[in-house]
This record gives sequence, C-alpha cells and structure tokens, in this order.
Amino acid sequence: MRALAWMKRNLFNGVWNTLLTLVTAYLLYAVGRAILVWAFTEARWQVIPANFRLFMVGPFPPEAIWRVWVALAIFLALVGFTAGVVVRRRYLGTAAAVAGVLYLLAFPVLLPSSRLGLLAAAFAGGLAWLLAGSIAPRLARRLLAPVWFLGTLAAIQVLSGVPSQRWGGLLLTVIATFFAVVLAFPLGLLLALGRTSKMPVISLLSTLYIELVRGVPLVTVLFLAWIMVPLFVPEDFRVPQLVRGIAGFVLFAAAYLAEYVRGGLQGVSRGQWEAAWALGLSGFQTVVFIILPQALRAVIPALIGQVIAIFKDTSLFVIIGIMDLLSMAQVVLSNPKFLGLEREVYLFVMFVYFLGAASLSFLSRRLEAAMGLGKR
Amino acid sequence: MKRLVLIVLSFLLLTAFGLAQKSRMDVVMERGKLICGVNGKAPGFGYVDEKTGKYMGFDVDFCRAVSAALFDDPDRVEYVPLTAKARFNAIQTGEVDVVFRNTTITTSRDGSVGVDFLPVNFYDGQGVMVKKELGVKSVYELEGATVCTNQGTTTEKNWTDFVRSQGWKGNKLLTFESFDKVFNAFMSGRCDAVTTDKSGLVGWKAKAPDPEALVILPETLSKEPLAGFTFQNDSRWRDALTWIVYATIQAEEFGITQKNLDEFLKSDKPAIRRFLGLEGTLGKGLGLPNDFVARVIRHVGNYGEIYDRHLGPNSPFFIPRKGSLNDLYTRGGLMYSPPFR
Repeated sequence: MRALAWMKRNLFNGVWNTLLTLVTAYLLYAVGRAILVWAFTEARWQVIPANFRLFMVGPFPPEAIWRVWVALAIFLALVGFTAGVVVRRRYLGTAAAVAGVLYLLAFPVLLPSSRLGLLAAAFAGGLAWLLAGSIAPRLARRLLAPVWFLGTLAAIQVLSGVPSQRWGGLLLTVIATFFAVVLAFPLGLLLALGRTSKMPVISLLSTLYIELVRGVPLVTVLFLAWIMVPLFVPEDFRVPQLVRGIAGFVLFAAAYLAEYVRGGLQGVSRGQWEAAWALGLSGFQTVVFIILPQALRAVIPALIGQVIAIFKDTSLFVIIGIMDLLSMAQVVLSNPKFLGLEREVYLFVMFVYFLGAASLSFLSRRLEAAMGLGKR
Repeated sequence: MKRLVLIVLSFLLLTAFGLAQKSRMDVVMERGKLICGVNGKAPGFGYVDEKTGKYMGFDVDFCRAVSAALFDDPDRVEYVPLTAKARFNAIQTGEVDVVFRNTTITTSRDGSVGVDFLPVNFYDGQGVMVKKELGVKSVYELEGATVCTNQGTTTEKNWTDFVRSQGWKGNKLLTFESFDKVFNAFMSGRCDAVTTDKSGLVGWKAKAPDPEALVILPETLSKEPLAGFTFQNDSRWRDALTWIVYATIQAEEFGITQKNLDEFLKSDKPAIRRFLGLEGTLGKGLGLPNDFVARVIRHVGNYGEIYDRHLGPNSPFFIPRKGSLNDLYTRGGLMYSPPFR
C-alpha cells in the first residue's frame, strides 16, 4: 500500500507527469526487452570464457602464469597489511574480504588451477592482515611505506621473468594504472608546490609545464612519449613500450594532479602558515606537517577522480599498440574463430571497466567518510 | 669558435656513420632474437591465439621464417604489435628489426617516409561485393548504384575516382565510421554494394548468415601489394630478408614442403642442392647460414603452406588462391622468385 501511495505521489501526480511516466516506462520496456532478448537468445557469450585468459593477462605465456599469481599474492598481501593498519572495525573488513574471495571463486569460467591461485593469493592477503593486526600500531604504520616499496619491487621482479611485451589484458591495465598514479603523484605534488612557490624561476617553470601539458590532448602526449623517449636513450638500450606508455601518463596526469593539489593549497588559510612559523617550524616542516595534510584532505574526491580517469584512459594504449584490456578485445575480435562478436566482447570489456571504476569510487567514498570530509 | 663547432659537428657525423656501418644483421645475431613488428588485429594476417597467447597469422609466419633462417628456431622472435600509424616510426627509431604488417608498397612510403620494402608477400586490391539477387556480374554494371564503404579511407576515394572515370551519373556513396556498420547497412538493403579490400570482403562474406547469397565481383579497383619493410640504407640486412621471402616462393615452385624436405635433401639435382645449401655458398654470400632455406622450410614451410595455413580453404578466413594474383607465376599468378644461383 505504501508503494502505491509513493507511486501516486511521485509518478502520477497530474496529467503531464502521468504521461511522462507512461512514455518513459514504455521506452524502458522496449529497450530493455530488446537487450534482454538479445542477451539471452542471440548473443554468443562463449567468446568470453574461450578468451578469458586473453582478457585477463593477454599474450602472457600460459606456462609462466604462476608469476601472475605470485605477483597477485604479493599485491593482496600489501592490501591486506594496509587494511590491517587502517581499518579499525576488523569484523566488517573480514566479512567483506571473505565475500569478495567467494564471489571471485564463483566466477564460472575459471580453471581449477586459477581458483587455486586465487585462493592462495587471498590467503596471503589474509595472513598479512593478521600480521598487521598483531604488531604494534605505531610500528605497523611506520612499516607501511617500506613494505609497499619492497613489495612492489618484488612483484615486478617476479613478473619480469616474462618480458613486458607479453603482458596484456587487465593485468597490464592494472599495472599501468598503478604505476602511473604512484609516479604521477609526487611529481604533481612538486609541481603544485612549485607553482605556488615565491621563487620566480620555479614558479614560472612549473606553470609553464602545467599549462603546456594541459593544453595538449592525452593522445598526443602518449604518441610523443612513444616516439621521443627512444631518442633520448642509447640505441642498444630499448625502452619497453609499456614504460614509454606509462611515462606519457605520468607526464600528463602530473599536470592535472598539480592543479587539484594547488586548489587544496590555496584553500588552506594564511593563518595556518603564520601559526606554523610562530611555532618555529621550518619551511619544509610547515609544508609537510601543516599545509599538505589539510590541502590534500580537501581535494581527495578530485584526486580519486583523476585515478579513475587514468584507469579508464589506459584504454588509449590501443593507439600505440600496447596490449591493454581494450586492445585485447580487438585482438580477440580479429581471431578468425570469433569474427563478428563485437557486441558481446565490448559489453564484457565495458563491464570489467565499470567494475574497476565503481570499486575505486566506492573506496574513495569510504576514504572521505573515514577522514570526516564534509563534517569537520 | 666556428672551428670548434665544425670539429664537434664532424665528430658527431663520423660517429653517426660509424653507427650506421653496423648492419642490423649483426645486432640481431648478437641479441639472439628477432624483434618483429606485426599487426595483432588483422584476421588471418596477425592475431593472438586464445589458448597459448602466441601470435599467429600469415604475416607472423614471415617473422618466424626469418627467425628460422637466422637461428634455426622459429620462435626466437619478440613480437611488437604496431598500429597503422606507428609502424613507420617503429622502423625509423630502430624499435623493431623488420615489420610484416599488411602494408601496401607506395612511392611515398618508399621515398619520403624512408623505409625499404621487401618482396610482396600478398597481393590485395579493392573489390566490390553485391547480393546474388541483384544479378550483377561485373563492376561495370553498377551505374546508378548506391555503394557503402567506410569513411576517410583510400577505398572511398578510389570508388569516387572510378565512378568519375566512367562518367556515371546518379551513383550514391554512403560512408560509415567502421566496417561493421557498413556491412549492416548493406545487409539491411540500404546499399546495393559494398567496397573494401578483397581480403576484407572475404572475411565479411564468411561472417554473413548466408555467405552463398553474396558475390564478390571479379574486378579489382586498386592495387594493394602488401609487403614487409625494414630500414633504408642497410643493404646487408635487407638483402637477407628479401631472399628469405623469396625462398618461401621458390620452395613452392620446386615443390619442396615441410613434409618432403628430407627427400629433397637427398636429391642430386644441382639446382635443388644449391637452393638447400648442400653445395655452393648462396647463403654465406648473403651473410646467412648456408642452409637457411632448408631451415625456413623445415620450421615454417613454403609460401603455399603458409598461405593455406592461415588463408586456405580449411581456415575460417578463406581467400581463394587458385588463379589469383597470389598464385605462383606458373599457375597464372604473380608470385615469382628470381633464381637462386
């Protein structure tokens, strides 16, 4: 009854609203029906399980797939460790992690060996979680940065057993996003500080760089990185395509991040600087301990937005021939066995991108809530 | 000051020449593997196998042939997928050793772009496809017809040129951004004919619900000779690649296949013995191992075998070869290798 009342109040109050509701409902029905009928009768979804490996890891050699699992285990261990340090409500986190693993295991197209690998990786994550909980919080916090640094190095070392030309699919998209973000962040921070600096040369150079890069399309920057980087290194030393692609992203994303951070910096009132100086803090200490924490906290939504943008923009790798997730879609479609299945493949790729972007923005909302944004 | 600049410049030039003197051949042999630019997204010509993650296809097999000739192992290749835009840069910057990526030989590419082409390994050309029910047997009967193709390609220009040269009036051209839209428009009856490269037409015909209802007209509107290419001014490397491609064609002419190679190795015909490197110094003269031809045939096969593997009647992407330009010259095609002697 309440539903009826709600509908009457919100959907059918007046002639025009009723008409609008009916037309919209019909359109939704027509489109939805067409899509559902296609998805359940005509669509040939076999192309997805048959090529699942390609979508996930691209041309990665199957006999070396254990490297991906080891790298994933390291990564999940890092995430678990971080979660153990950051998240206080342990039972909630545990429930979420278990649900996530069960969900992934239920994925119907996985090979038994893949399930095993996934389970092992999840186990590593859980162990790290427990470990982080069992050591003193202060120590754990201190350990975070070196652990991430060493862990990332180890993961890349393991993966490098296979040349990066054979990485691909979602694996490559995630790696590229990760490194683009991690490397662009410090550069963007420096550029923001440089632009707000009182030293004219530094300020001018930073401004010049930021405006130059922001005035150029990402595609151009990628092409430039692809063509120009080899000119700066000796001929015998070949820079892998992936590194050049990531370099392009870092150069591009840093300029945008810098502008977001600058927005945050300008939002910190002058009184904070003066108070810090009055306490006798040095310029460096003021920036690192007083100004940046406030500035960054204010712009978290924009920063995460940029991370999501990078994640999606890695699909531009298509044009410089790096085998990212979208490239793999095109590769699959050119296999003579799967000609003409564009709809199925692109819908699947869209779904994967959506999952990635949605989980990132979910994380961002949690982060904002945790830091009390909008409340304090 | 001027003198100093001159000295520095000449020094730089000299070092540049010094570097240029080193042939790619030596670089590849020292490295122990070939870096080959390919297309990862061309049905039949280059794609990734869904089980092994390995590159497959007609063009890819030529990379494997080069690797087999140099290292007696077809798999010492690192494949670099290249886009149409990036393929020439990849050669100019030395990123790859050679590119086999369905590339048409044109004057401007050979000249101002600055690459050197290898022998043609596939003759393509623009064709026209109609529905059988239209009853058209030749391109010249298409006056007043509506034709669909994709935007901004040379095919679009070729077709308008063709219509103009025939002096036809009332022909319409519909263009779409991608060929699947072109094909849908064609199948739904919005155009009488579609036009694109013949190898592409064959693929789309195979995808159609009823391939028998479609006809590819016999005429070819443009020349698209596809070939591999490599650096300019590196004769040693280019010669080696050229003769590796020729070897596959000559092997087919001699009738040497992967299967019967061992019998031919026992042959006492001088031409065969020279060709397979049992006597003479043909390979050595090119800076290749003397038995490079035998290696290519053993690991990859002759031209006909490569063709049939990826484009033959048993492949999903069937492009008829009999009597086409891609047949041997002895059977009316254009595949012709200069003599190995």
